[in-house]
Amino acid sequence: MPVKVMIPSPLRSYAGKRDSAEFNVRTVGEALGRLTTEFADLRKHLFTEDGKLRSFVNVYVNDEDIRYLAKENTPTKDGDTISIIPSIAGGVEGYNRHCERGEEPLFGFLDAAAS
Amino acid sequence: MADEPTIWISGRLVEKIRAHGAETYPHECCGALLGRDSGVVAGSDPNKDALNAEREILELLPLVNRRDDSPHNRFSVTADDVRAAEKAAREHGLDVVGWYHSHPDHPARPSQYDRDHAWPWYSYIIVSVQKGAPQDMTSWRLTDNREGFSPEGIEIRHRAAV
Repeated sequence: MPVKVMIPSPLRSYAGKRDSAEFNVRTVGEALGRLTTEFADLRKHLFTEDGKLRSFVNVYVNDEDIRYLAKENTPTKDGDTISIIPSIAGGVEGYNRHCERGEEPLFGFLDAAAS
Repeated sequence: MADEPTIWISGRLVEKIRAHGAETYPHECCGALLGRDSGVVAGSDPNKDALNAEREILELLPLVNRRDDSPHNRFSVTADDVRAAEKAAREHGLDVVGWYHSHPDHPARPSQYDRDHAWPWYSYIIVSVQKGAPQDMTSWRLTDNREGFSPEGIEIRHRAAV
């Protein structure tokens, strides 16, 4: 019986519309590795460029946050469920800090995206 | 803009977001957008999905801003809050399709901090609150390459309650 990885709604478009995937693995890190190998477009949304889990990506084995276990080395056993749960953050700080220095705001990328 | 995705929302919910922003001023407010997105089951290209899908916001779940160290310029929704929002959505037969927050005394445009912490697919509604009074409201979606946000149209739809 493999380990089941639950894929959150915002990432399903990058995982063939699936809400879960199953892998025969021994650790959380292996499971996430297999997931992002099978669905390569997921990688940039889960990991930073240097391969660390993004700060707003929370991973649970059953109901335990892996930050309080062995992080990505957390062992898994058959029948476990790994859940990827978003946390949400934002705010005006980037804009604020920039404007206080009297510089151009940081919205060039927005204008490029909107054009 | 012809190729801009659009979200549908009632005037009642728009006013509710604006009122929440005024209520928490000078701090940021935040909450979950509950609704339906036809793109969840259609197509395979996320960008095309966004354009083809019909996304409708049918209920809100106002949340507590967990950033009590810097609530005037940041907001945070914890994983536990996200799970609670998803549970509330399921109980209404809906999905969490996005999030809203306010920008006190700043424009209703996403900051780099917003972008760095954004998820794809979700709609991010921002309401500007100037000197306590709600002003512009905009909606955005993270681009697939995480390099920016695409604007979304906001259409007011009058319809019967769910």
